Formats: sequence, structure tokens, C-alpha cells
Amino acid sequence: VSTTRAYSVSRWTSASVATAVLAGVLLLVLAVAPGLFPANVVDRLTALFIYVILAGMWNALSGYGGLVSIGQQAFFGLGGYFAIRLSEWGVSAYPALFAAAALAGVVAFAMSFFVLLLRAGEFAVGMWVVAELLRLLVNLDNLIQGDTGRSLIALAAYGMELRRNLTYWLALASMTVLLGTVFVLLRSRVGGAIQAIRDNEEAAISVGVRVIGAKRIIFVLAAVGCAMAGALWLATSTTFQPRSFFGIQWTAYMIFMVLVGGLGRFEGPILGAIIFFFIETWFGAAGVWYLIGLGATALAFALFLPRGIWGFIEDRFQIHLLPVGYRLHLRAAASQEAGGEDMGHDNRAGGSR
Amino acid sequence: VNALNAVLQGVLLGGYYAMIACGLSFMVGVMKVINLAHGSLAILAAFALYFLAEHLGINPFLALAGVLPLMGLIGFLLQKAILERSARAGSLVPILATFGLAIVLDNALFEMFGANTRSLANYIGALSFDSWALTDDLYVGKLAVLIFVAAIALLGGLQLFLTRTQPGRMIRATAEDPDTAELVGVDSRMVNALAAAIALATVGLAGMFMGMRATFDPYAGPLQLIFAFEAAVIGGAGSLWGTIVGGIVLGAAQTLGAQIHPQGFLIAGHAVFLLVLFGRTVLPQGGLRLLAAMMTGGRL
Repeated sequence: VSTTRAYSVSRWTSASVATAVLAGVLLLVLAVAPGLFPANVVDRLTALFIYVILAGMWNALSGYGGLVSIGQQAFFGLGGYFAIRLSEWGVSAYPALFAAAALAGVVAFAMSFFVLLLRAGEFAVGMWVVAELLRLLVNLDNLIQGDTGRSLIALAAYGMELRRNLTYWLALASMTVLLGTVFVLLRSRVGGAIQAIRDNEEAAISVGVRVIGAKRIIFVLAAVGCAMAGALWLATSTTFQPRSFFGIQWTAYMIFMVLVGGLGRFEGPILGAIIFFFIETWFGAAGVWYLIGLGATALAFALFLPRGIWGFIEDRFQIHLLPVGYRLHLRAAASQEAGGEDMGHDNRAGGSR
Repeated sequence: VNALNAVLQGVLLGGYYAMIACGLSFMVGVMKVINLAHGSLAILAAFALYFLAEHLGINPFLALAGVLPLMGLIGFLLQKAILERSARAGSLVPILATFGLAIVLDNALFEMFGANTRSLANYIGALSFDSWALTDDLYVGKLAVLIFVAAIALLGGLQLFLTRTQPGRMIRATAEDPDTAELVGVDSRMVNALAAAIALATVGLAGMFMGMRATFDPYAGPLQLIFAFEAAVIGGAGSLWGTIVGGIVLGAAQTLGAQIHPQGFLIAGHAVFLLVLFGRTVLPQGGLRLLAAMMTGGRL
């Protein structure tokens, strides 16, 4: 028997190594950016990081976990609310943001024992009802003063400049850690299980995947991420209003970013968030027509390009910048010119199953 | 008497919920699709009737003759152009597509009609406020009773259509198994489009009654969708008569909740919905059967 196998398996390509290096350099540049850029650019970049977090979390949940949720605003809102609550109880402002995200994670963990038992469509709308119920319950807290809202007063202790920079760094660090966690998770054993569930739940069960356990990990992670985004949003806008923090528009933005960027691809939501960021910057002032445009674009992508822009690029040019799957290279007679078949689950169709 | 009155009004309100839920439930049953634009389409129908009444002076009941076929056509197109196509990319993509459609509809209505709340109550004369006295303290609104009776008639009519007519049987066959239905000569894609048209016609009817019994604005759609979804799930999604039970449970919970706290109307509705869902998924099958047996007096 020949010792040389007819194939080899690889994960990193030269393109993906280059991407990882570039991403590292970019993060370093962004880390020193507050000293280089004017204040309004720093503010806008903070918003961009929050969008990337939201898109990355919704993609992890729906694109990889197969859990389409219309209610992720539940955790965005909880992040903001808990930050206010904890600050009121004496936790200082910035630690309160982290604690709020962790607390939302605890709520998500408890909730997961129920909501993860729901079937696909029931889960999607059921989460929306959960978000609505949480909004109404938060409204009952006298601290919030109903729809008037409440400010994170403790932030005023910091100077304007320091506050802007701290929030910026916190958003950058949160984005890096959260997306890094998703990346590492997807490449681990659990990640393989999660993608197997997405592709075919029955088949995954038959090969011994613990479905609920794997889904629970991704559900709690997505909740913590969305709550962190909500807490950060509070730090930039300072006033918590239940109607806007628990608003369905947050999930609409997430769906837009992920559908346009590429559902079920790691790079997709990052691209989608950047696109959304520019659309918002240029057309946000158009009000109603801007929203009609967002809805119509999401609809068009669902109909005509369900794999999103990154899915299209990936299929067309076989580029994998941040691979979470594996590549199989055949050395047989008909060795493939195109660089081998991709054996990872990461370039499956944009649909969740 | 207060609680009794609340339950009575809640039961009647349940008639409206059953009416708006049955189209949603029907589409889940036949096409296995949750249409997130469901509520927004009901609002669209209400605005169409409002426009006809306000600018052309047409009575809403009369205008229904034009609006219902129009809603049916929209349903046909919705299935052909959006649901059928997006379902090819995965079973959950239609949810995202109809969510996008809902955002477009809500904001387009806002662009056309502005933020003002509207009502159809002004165009139906005394019907909007007349009531019958049951006892000295108990009154039922004539409109509320009409809606309840209409809901029963609608569900009964749908049931007869599904069991007694050829197209109805084709819809049931397609719902059961589209591939096998094709084998015996059913054009399942056409049947799905027909089912969507029927579902949207019921949405048009529900939109009219919603506009008569309350006020509405361009962004009222999502909440109507949630109510429809809650009633459909409480009653058992896919079951037509279940929606009347689901609607009544939801309506009674809401009106009772409103007695307890100003925000109790919505909170109690959502809570009951989640409790029913919780009970159905978490309680083992045996527990549920026991519960059902207790409620029906021992019959298993």
C-alpha cells in the first residue's frame, strides 16, 4: 500500500493567511485611530463596530445555527436596560456595560430551555413576542419612566473626549472578541456540530450530535453579543427608551446586513455591515424612502441572491478569506486545476437548510 | 360583573382574532410558510377601504366587493412572485422575504397616508356604537357580535369549501403531500397560488372589521401579525376551528389583563401565548392528555 495519499486536507490558503495578517494590521490602526481622526469620525466608526457585532451575531444564530430570529432586539434592549439598572444600583458606568451583557446571557441561557424547543417558524415569531413582552415588562420599571426613557447619568462623570474614546475602544474590543469567539467556535468540534445541524438536523442527530447543546451555545453567544451592542449603543446615545431599544428595526437592520453580505458566511456580515453603514450615512436622511429602500433591497436579495454578495463572490472566484471549513486537494490523475473541492460546510447554499 | 363583562368582551374580540388568524394559519397549513407581511396586508386593505369611503363615498361593506378580489390577486402574486421563489433557497428564506415586504408596505402606506390614525367607524353609521343590553350591566356591541358571527361563518365556509368542493380537496391534498398530489394530476403550484389568494381575501375581510372596530395607522401591521400568530398558535397552527378557540383565549386574556393594569392588555396576551407554547413543547405528551381529559370531563 502506498503511503502517499491521493489527497490532502488544508484549512488556510495563502489568501486567508494574508487576510488574517491584514485584519491584524487594520485592527492595530483602528486602535490608535482616536488620536488621528476627528471626533465625528470616531463616533461613526463606533456605530460601525456596533453594526458589525449585530450582523455577526445574527449570522452566527441564523446562518450557522439555523435559528432565524425576528426577536434579537430583545437582547439589544436588555443590554441597554440592565446597564441602566446596574448603574442605578451603584455599578460604575463602563463595568456596568459588560455586566449588562453577561446578565442578558444568563437570561438567554434560562430562556433557551424553552425557546429552543420551538420549531423553525414558531421560534422566529415566538422570539418577537418574547421581545415585545420584555419591552412591556421593562416599561413597568419606574426607573425607566415609561417611554420618556432614562439616561446613563453615570457617564457624565467622564469628560466628553475621554467618554468618546473609551466607548470607541470598548466597541472595537467587543467586536474583535465577539467575532473572534464566533470564528474559533465555528472551527472547533462544536462548530462542526452546529453546521451539521444547519445542513440537516435529522442527519446530525443520527451521527450523534447533541443538537440542543450546540444550539444553546450559539443562542447564548448571540444574545450576549446583541446585549453588548445594546449597552454600547446606550453609551453612545446616553438615553434608554424602551420603544427604540426594543424596536423591531434592530432585527430588520441585522437581517438586511446579513442577507446583503452573505448568510452563513463568516465574511458576509462584516461586508453587509460596511454596506449598511454607507447606505445609512448617505441615505439615512431620506427617512421613509430610505426604509422602503432597505426593505426592498432585503426582499430582492432573498429572491434573487439569497447567498448575498459574499456568497456570490465566493462561488464565482473560490475565495475563502477567513475559512471555517476545510479544503480537499486531490492528487489523482484528474487533479483539479481550480485548487480542489471545498469540503467545509461553509459554502453551502444561503438557506439555512 | 366587571370580570364577567371583561370575559364577554374578550370572547367577542376573539372573533376578530380568529378572523385575522385563519388566513395565517391556512398558509402555514398548506404552504408551510409564515407570512410576516400578513398584518401589513390587513392594514393595506383597511386603507384601501378608507380611501374609497373618504374620497369616493363608497360604503365599506359595498367596497368589499372590489377590495376582496384585489386582495385575492395580491395573494396570488405574493405566492407566485415571492413565496415560491424564495422557498427554493431554503425553508426559512420566505420568512425573511416577507419581512422585507412588510417593511416596504408599512413605509409606503406612511408615505401615502401620513402618520394620522384612521378608522372606518365613521362610514358605517350607528353600527359602530349601537349595542344590545343583556342585563342592566352587561352590554354587547352590535359590531362586535357581527364580527364574531362573520368569523364563524367564514371558518364554516372555508371548512365546507375544503371538504365539499374539488378545489378544496386539491388544496388539502397539496397540503398533505405536494409530490403525491402531483402524481394524481394536481398542479400543486397553481393550488398553492389559489390557497394564497383565498388566505389574502380573508385578510381583506379581517382588515375591514379591524378598521371598523378600532383605529389604525400605517405602522399597525406588525402588532396585527403578532395577534394573528398568537391566536393561530394557541389554537394549534394549521387548524381552522382551532383559531376560534385561540382567538377567544387571547381576547379574554387581554381584556382580563386590562382590568388588572393599564399595560395588562398586551402583557396578558403575550404571557398566555407563551404559556400555551411552553405547555405544548415542554410538558410531556402524557401530561397534556391528562390535562385535556380533566378539562373535557374524563373523556380521553
